[in-house]
Amino acid sequence: MADILRERERQVYRKGQGEALPIDCEKQSAAGSVSQRACVFCGSRVVLYPIADAIHIVHGPIGCASYTWDIRGALSSGPELHRLSFSTDLQEMDVIRGGEKKLYAGLCELIDAHQPKAAFVYGTCIVGVIGDDMDAVCKRVSLEKGIPVLPVHSEGFKGTKKDGYRSACDALLKLVGTGSTEGITPHSINILGDFNLAGETWMIREYYRRMGVEVVSCITGDGRVDEIRRSHGAALNVVQCSGSMTNLAKTMKEKYGIPFIRVSYFGIEDMSKALYDVARHFANKEMMKRTQEMVRTELTRVLPELSEYRRVLTGKRAAIYVGGAFKAFSLVSALRHLGMTTVMVGSQTGNKEDYEQLREICDEGTIIVDDSNPLELSSFLEEKDVDVFIGGVKERPIAYKLGIGFCDHNHERKEALAGFDGMLNFAREVHSSVMSPVWRLTPRKRGSMLEVVK
Amino acid sequence: MSSPARKIKLEAKPNWVSTRNPCKACAPMGATLVMRGIEGGVPFLHGSQGCATYMRRYLISHFREPMDIATSGFSEASTIFGGGANLRQGLQNVTSQYKPGLIGIATTCLTETIGEDMNLLLHEYRAKGGQAENAPELVHVATPSYRGTHVDGFNDAVRAVVEQMAAEGALPSAYTQSFLNIFPGMVSAEDLRFLKEVADDFGIPATVFPDYSETLDGPSMLKYKKIPEGGTPLLALHATPAARASIELGRTLRQKKTAASFLQERFLVPAKRIGLPVGVEETDVFFNTMEKVTGAPMPEKYAAQRGRLIDAYVDGHKYVFGKRAIVFGDEDMVVGMTSLLAEIGAQPILCASGGKSGALAKSIAEVTTHLKEAPLVREGVDFMTMAEEAEMKELKPDFMIGSSKGAKFARALGVPLIRVGFPIHDRFGGQRILHLGYRGAQQLFDQIINTLLELKQDSSPIGYSYL
Repeated sequence: MADILRERERQVYRKGQGEALPIDCEKQSAAGSVSQRACVFCGSRVVLYPIADAIHIVHGPIGCASYTWDIRGALSSGPELHRLSFSTDLQEMDVIRGGEKKLYAGLCELIDAHQPKAAFVYGTCIVGVIGDDMDAVCKRVSLEKGIPVLPVHSEGFKGTKKDGYRSACDALLKLVGTGSTEGITPHSINILGDFNLAGETWMIREYYRRMGVEVVSCITGDGRVDEIRRSHGAALNVVQCSGSMTNLAKTMKEKYGIPFIRVSYFGIEDMSKALYDVARHFANKEMMKRTQEMVRTELTRVLPELSEYRRVLTGKRAAIYVGGAFKAFSLVSALRHLGMTTVMVGSQTGNKEDYEQLREICDEGTIIVDDSNPLELSSFLEEKDVDVFIGGVKERPIAYKLGIGFCDHNHERKEALAGFDGMLNFAREVHSSVMSPVWRLTPRKRGSMLEVVK
Repeated sequence: MSSPARKIKLEAKPNWVSTRNPCKACAPMGATLVMRGIEGGVPFLHGSQGCATYMRRYLISHFREPMDIATSGFSEASTIFGGGANLRQGLQNVTSQYKPGLIGIATTCLTETIGEDMNLLLHEYRAKGGQAENAPELVHVATPSYRGTHVDGFNDAVRAVVEQMAAEGALPSAYTQSFLNIFPGMVSAEDLRFLKEVADDFGIPATVFPDYSETLDGPSMLKYKKIPEGGTPLLALHATPAARASIELGRTLRQKKTAASFLQERFLVPAKRIGLPVGVEETDVFFNTMEKVTGAPMPEKYAAQRGRLIDAYVDGHKYVFGKRAIVFGDEDMVVGMTSLLAEIGAQPILCASGGKSGALAKSIAEVTTHLKEAPLVREGVDFMTMAEEAEMKELKPDFMIGSSKGAKFARALGVPLIRVGFPIHDRFGGQRILHLGYRGAQQLFDQIINTLLELKQDSSPIGYSYL
């Protein structure tokens, strides 16, 4: 069993072992715990990152810009300004005298050079301390250059990644409603919370097109400033991902009366449900018929191959640790579709309802964990004798060190995992890790470190 | 697919205020790497949660190994009232979870700016029970991210650890015999293994610090190790003042206050400050130094490696003669690679780094004395500035050599990039690249020649099968 820090004991739950939910969550990570979480800046940066015709400038010392340069697999069908890293790279004298002048000069030169549709300016920890008036600088540059220059208040210490999502949504809300909604059809939606990783938004957009639904803006997946500006003309917001864009959807509902639904595009059940929910919303018989036909076509295409994987993977044990809990729900059901059992599931930022839902959908004995760390995760993997771990870059070496398979389900993935084809890719990836012959050479399968040396 | 950024009018804007596609990361990351190179050490950042996570991610993508970095996880309250409570709780939690021998604390831009008094905080922590048996040793390095780069953070951490751990009094018996300190700088895990092997072959014990050759390139495990095995032993770090000499690698470090300069000034340990042994000539300097400080001749096996290498240089010289190369990355790696390129007849045309030691131009000049045309040397530059310079001066390189952060730049120029140094995020095995010694030069030389041959073969309408 894991050594769990005293202040974290109530953040770990084992289904069916007498411990009572609600699990402790939505609290600051314990100091010294080695949380897998990032910070406010990270939350803002990942959400706005795929807006490809804007420049993104990080106001602070170089680290924050370096660590987020080209970090996501968010693709663009046109401009690629989002893949460049810009920073004010504050130096000691800037910290002493203030960085406003440098920010102003940096913004001006970058806007002149790249002619973006907008600029996002991210405040980092240090900006919150030295007290630069980012809003004033942004306002001034915006007036001078004639484009929106949007401050994103994302000082790392001011909360968690979720607070960063909120700051990002605040910045987006300054764009929404500033464009013309002329020509937008009644059957129109915005796609919120999909980031076009490995072209996923394109796939989903195509499904909606086949249904006869107009996509006004994907907000952040293959995002464009002008589309965001007119996104308030859409009839429905379709929101994926636990926390990142819910605030935007809520505010758009209050301000523009646009209803929203929450969906997930991972796994064939959730993918189909997402499309049906949209068709149902528009209460259009023709659209529903087209949707049914499309889902049928897609399923006929992917199910035979999926059943092959299911045959081989049935009975294998999986562990999941992801950023938002919403993704975990889909993964549990996608894994079940492949005949696999989820023996551990956790997230960085889930809330009480999320964990309650996870408890409902998981089997007896499943470990549910909030804001975990490498020592806990490694001990859960050992305890549950896991075959494949699904997580991000920081989880990968934990699995591999122990000779356990791994599937990348993070923001820098290069394989599309959403949609019907995404489910196939997911099954292929899990299969190619679980079934690799390399495991039989590892100490874990041999039961000893020495066996391998012989 | 990838469209290069808009062409920028060069003459109009020679001096950029902003940093565009950086060729550097921030100082605390270098410090965490050093702390991971100490036996039983846990790196700890006094600052926001995100710093630790970002650096872990950056380092994991290079080493493909677990890299736990603890943090005090600042909140708004700790920023206003000070992070003492978070620091104490963090240190306690790391101690109870990891049972470390040492916690290596680095401050970030946030904690440096709010003026955390680390000496006082750590003194208080030690006084309140941190002295108990099994309590980890605590070391601290100031690494404000607004000063220097990851390499400066690395070297500052090496010095800080040596300063704080150097014992004045009696030494453990294992360290009464003759031994060496080797401060290698930020090299690969394979390079560290090479340096330990050389010392071993010379028959002299050596304290290589830091040593992440095992902690960040370890075996597949049966049980998860909370702190991976390996690293420079704590006793060895206490004993550095008793060494016969310190060898410190990196030409750009020679004027700086470093671990070696500290030991020389304070304890009269002779400091041999030489270049990173990349290529024949810099490796010769290294082995000469080893011979001098040990009094033993270079072992035969290295002479044999040197012989094979020179033979290979002869066999391959025509393929590389006059080929134009852009070299970039961390300063001392750039100096080493430039030295290698110059001695094989390639023409380094631009040697650039995000680092700003003030010593890059001089160091490059020293290793390129026999070049007819001196390369352009640029300190403290980013990739867009390099790209603009390459375009404006019509540098027309045949290939590039540096970290994987230059991939976009190389792609825009349509030339191959030979990946060396740190970080290598888009290829496999960066931790196992051997840059140092004759054998390292051999591998680099083979790779350079093969890259050029491949280019020739692929662009040939005939498709030679003999080259």
